[in-house]
Amino acid sequence: MRYLVSVIDDKSDPGSTDRRPAISAFNERLIAEGYWVFSGGLAGTDAATVIDNRGEQAVFSDGPFVESKEYLAGVWVWEAPDLDVALKLAAEASKVCDRKIEVRPFL
Amino acid sequence: MSDVEEAITRAHHDEWARVVAALTRRFGALDIAEEAAAEAFATAVERWRADGLPPNPGAWLTTTAGRKAIDRIRREHKRDDKHKEARTLHGDTPPEPLGAIDDDRLRLIFTCCHPALAVEARVALTLRMVGGLTVPEIARAFLVQGTTMEQRVTRAKAKIKAARIPYRMPSADDLPARVSGVLTVLFLIFNEGYLASGPGTDPVRHDLTTEAIRLTRLIRALLPQDGEVAGLLALMLLIEARRPARVSAGGELVPLAEQDRGAWDAELIAEGHRLVRERLAAAAAGEAPGRYQILAAINAVHTSARDIRDTDWSQILALYDQLVRLAPSPITALNRAVAVAELDGPEVALAIVDRLAEALAGYHAYHATRADLLRRLGRSRQSRAAYDRAIELAGNTGETAYLTRRRDQLRPDGPHTAQSR
Repeated sequence: MRYLVSVIDDKSDPGSTDRRPAISAFNERLIAEGYWVFSGGLAGTDAATVIDNRGEQAVFSDGPFVESKEYLAGVWVWEAPDLDVALKLAAEASKVCDRKIEVRPFL
Repeated sequence: MSDVEEAITRAHHDEWARVVAALTRRFGALDIAEEAAAEAFATAVERWRADGLPPNPGAWLTTTAGRKAIDRIRREHKRDDKHKEARTLHGDTPPEPLGAIDDDRLRLIFTCCHPALAVEARVALTLRMVGGLTVPEIARAFLVQGTTMEQRVTRAKAKIKAARIPYRMPSADDLPARVSGVLTVLFLIFNEGYLASGPGTDPVRHDLTTEAIRLTRLIRALLPQDGEVAGLLALMLLIEARRPARVSAGGELVPLAEQDRGAWDAELIAEGHRLVRERLAAAAAGEAPGRYQILAAINAVHTSARDIRDTDWSQILALYDQLVRLAPSPITALNRAVAVAELDGPEVALAIVDRLAEALAGYHAYHATRADLLRRLGRSRQSRAAYDRAIELAGNTGETAYLTRRRDQLRPDGPHTAQSR
C-alpha cells in the first residue's frame, strides 16, 4: 500500500532550517527498511504556477492553487503494509523535519 | 416476550460483536461484515420462530452470516475491484500475526477506536460494530440527524478501508496508549447516557449507560490484567448504582447530598467496591493507579457512607489531590473544591473556584458550584446571578429544573437573611 506523506510548513511559524542531515539519515533508513519509494523537497509557494486549460486557452496564474498560511514543503511516497506502520514512521518524520506531516493513502 | 424473542435479544447482545469480528477477519471488510451480520440476525428472527432455536445460536449466526457475506460478494463478483475480496472465498485468509492478545472482538474494538479516526466517528463505529446498535439508534442517542450519523459511520468505514487501518491487536508497546483511547470512547458513551444533553431528552439515558457498562465488561473480560479497565468499570458501576435516586418523580435531578441512599443499587455498589479493593491491593503492591482507578476510589468513598454526613471528606480530598498530581485539569480542580468546602468551609472553596473562572466560564457545573457556595455564604444576589448563568448553560431538563428551584429558594441578601433564620 502506497502513502503520500506531505510535509506541511507554516508561514507564520516555520520549522527550523537545519534539518537536512537528519532527513538524509532518516531517508537512508527508509530505504534500508524497504519503505522508501520517492522523496523530494519543494521550492516555496512563490515559485508555483497554476495552469487551467479547461477553457478555450490555457490560463497561467502566478502562485499556489490555494492561499493559506500552511503549505506543502515536501513529499515522500512510502510503501507500507498498513496505516499503523505509516503513522509510526510519520511520527518520526515529524520530529526529523520539525514540521507537521499528513499521511494519505493512494487509491 | 416469547422465548424466541428473548433468545434473539440475548444472542444479539452476546454474539453480535463476535459475528462481526469473525466476518471482518475472514473477509477483511467492515461493511461486508456488518451487513452480513445484520442479515443473519434478520434471518434468525424468521427461522427461529418457524423452526425453533438452534442448539448453538452463536455458531448458527456466524455460519449464516458467512453465507450471506459470500452471497453478497458473489453478486458483486463481476466488478473488477471486488476480485480481491472474492479471493477470500477460497478458504480463510491466513490469520494476521498475533499481537499481545488474540481475540477477534478485541481487534474489532481497537479498529473502531483507532486514533486516526475522529472521536465522534470512534464512538459511532464502536456502538454500531461492537455494540450492535442501529445507526438511527446511535443518531437518536447523540441528537444528530440520522443521515449525519449514517455519513459519519460510512466515512469511518471508508477511511478504515482506504487508509488500510489494520484489523489487528496493537503491539505490546502500543497497547497501553491504545487501550486508553478505547476507554475514552466508552466513558464518552457512558457520560452521554449519565447526563444526557439537549432540552428534548430524558435527563438520564439508561440505554447508553447500560451499553457502555456492557462494552466495558467485555473489555474487562478480554484484558483482565489492565488496572484502568477495572477502574473504569468500577467507576461506571458506582455511578450507575445511584441512578435510581438521581431523578425525582417530577423529573428533577437530585444531587448526591439529597439522594435517597436506600434506593441505590446495592449489588452494583458491591461489585464496584470489589473492583476498587482489587485495585487498592495492586496499588499497595506498587502498581501506580491511573485516572479511572482514582475516580472509582472517590466514588467508592461516596457510596460507602450511609448518610451524606458520614462521608469521609478528608479521604476524598486526598484522592483528588492524587488525581490533580496525575492529571491536572480545571474540572478536577472544581470537583476537588467541593471536598474542600466540606472540610474547610465554603469561603476557602470559593477562593479556589474563583481562580477557575477563565478556564470554566462556559461550563454549567462551574457556575452551579459557585452558586451553591455563594448561597451557603449568604451572598444571595451573587448566588442568583451564578444560578442564572448555570441554568443558561445547562443542557439537560432535569438539571435545569433543579437549578431553577434552588435559585427560587434563595433568600434576600443582608441582615434580613440573618433575621429570617
